[in-house]
Amino acid sequence: MKIRTLGRHTRESFKSLARNGWMTFASVSAVTVTLILVGVFFVIMMNLNQVAKNIEEDVIIRVHIDVAANEQDQQALKKQINDISEVKSILFSSKETELNNMITSMGEEGKAFRLIEQENPLNDVFIVKTKKPTDTMTVAKQIEKMEYASKVKYGQGHVEKLFKFISASRNVGLALIIGLLFTAMFLISNTIRITIVARRREIQIMRLVGATNAFIRWPFFLEGLWLGILGAVVPIMLISSSYFYAYDYLAPKLEGNFIQLLAYKPFIYQVSGLLILMGAFIGMWGSMMSIRKFLKI
Amino acid sequence: MIEMQDVYKQYPNGVRAVNGIDVHIKQGEFVYVVGPSGAGKSTFIKMMYREEVPTSGNIIINGVNLSKLRPKKVPLLRRNIGVVFQDFKLLPKLTVYENVAFTLEVIEESPKYIKKAVMETLELVNLKHKARVFPTELSGGEQQRISIARSIVNSPKVVIADEPTGNLDPETSWEIMKIFEEINTRGTTVVMATHNREIVNTIKNRVIAIEGGRIVRDELRGDYGYEN
Repeated sequence: MKIRTLGRHTRESFKSLARNGWMTFASVSAVTVTLILVGVFFVIMMNLNQVAKNIEEDVIIRVHIDVAANEQDQQALKKQINDISEVKSILFSSKETELNNMITSMGEEGKAFRLIEQENPLNDVFIVKTKKPTDTMTVAKQIEKMEYASKVKYGQGHVEKLFKFISASRNVGLALIIGLLFTAMFLISNTIRITIVARRREIQIMRLVGATNAFIRWPFFLEGLWLGILGAVVPIMLISSSYFYAYDYLAPKLEGNFIQLLAYKPFIYQVSGLLILMGAFIGMWGSMMSIRKFLKI
Repeated sequence: MIEMQDVYKQYPNGVRAVNGIDVHIKQGEFVYVVGPSGAGKSTFIKMMYREEVPTSGNIIINGVNLSKLRPKKVPLLRRNIGVVFQDFKLLPKLTVYENVAFTLEVIEESPKYIKKAVMETLELVNLKHKARVFPTELSGGEQQRISIARSIVNSPKVVIADEPTGNLDPETSWEIMKIFEEINTRGTTVVMATHNREIVNTIKNRVIAIEGGRIVRDELRGDYGYEN
């Protein structure tokens, strides 16, 4: 295809948008409505996901080191833990720090424990974090078997439940988004189909004067693309402005909490980009699907 | 030029529209195709621009065997054949100019050449002044002239017309015929299915009469031969 012809197709697609006024409006509205739904839902899902991630990252494994272990044994244990490929970091916390932490966390009553400072009954501790939070359980089990690891704690029982809950809600969210996308594609391809069926005659005539299928397809393809992109404009404006206000209002109230909204700046650009891509894809796909059956010879 | 060898056409519903046709049309000929309704005229015409494919037999146009033509190559064939219909088949959302230019845009001609060729052709059919108008604003005769302009703007070797005067009043029909004669004198083959007795009997040309899917008469400078 010559560049000139591509220019011709682009011009034709814009002309056709203008000349099919109401049909254009109908298709763009369909895209707009569905993208608003998908967009709002996506923003909520991404924020929930962020909260889940924050919770997950708070999960740590505390390895109590046997009192009998000397310096060398400790180093050996540390190396062994480090060799587990899922492990991200190991922090050493001496029994003195452990006691201090305990005392400060208990406030006034904690002062009573100052008496035992000389005969600290606590263990030295390795604080282990895994690369993926869900590996916590398996890593903990591996460490349990090691020499000089007297006790391994990670909130047994609770953590398993938490992970199950988080992964279930992620799956549900994903299923809902996919379902919504399919509904959107169905709705939009139907609207576009109506606009193309109205132009069936046009396609037949194009074929009669010797237009190749590709030549006929191009303007429709581009038209679908514009429809999708136009349909993404309103959802983007709506979602970015309402997220701006929501963030302004909620972020100060959530300060210091593990529930945090995603920062406005990169997130809303990502959402906008995604909506444009989705609009464009749905538009192109819709018009290609609708035109297909008219092009069979 | 156009050659049919032992061509049969049976539609999926069992109707046998064409029952063994052999015909040869030379370059530059003007041929009327006549016959009662439902005799197979339309199928005969449609097979020439490969809207229909014969069930058996060969159709050879410009040395290309249509029976063996791959679907992908059909657009290329149609670029060498101009087609004119009873109901004009213009694109309602394109202007007169754009309708005619479309034939050339399809073959990716340069905009300069397109402009020149379209204006020349519009002049030939006397509609240069209506170039910017939409087809729906024109009379039937004018629309048919545009559709003729569209079919000849890329100088095809053959123009096939399926009852081009069927929807027009007698006076307008004569105007249309003048244009077809003009096209023919420039060396283009014209094949025209028609029910217009006066035209066939006045402008004498080769007449092929089809009845029951067979050619029953083929005369140079023939008559219409049917009572309307």
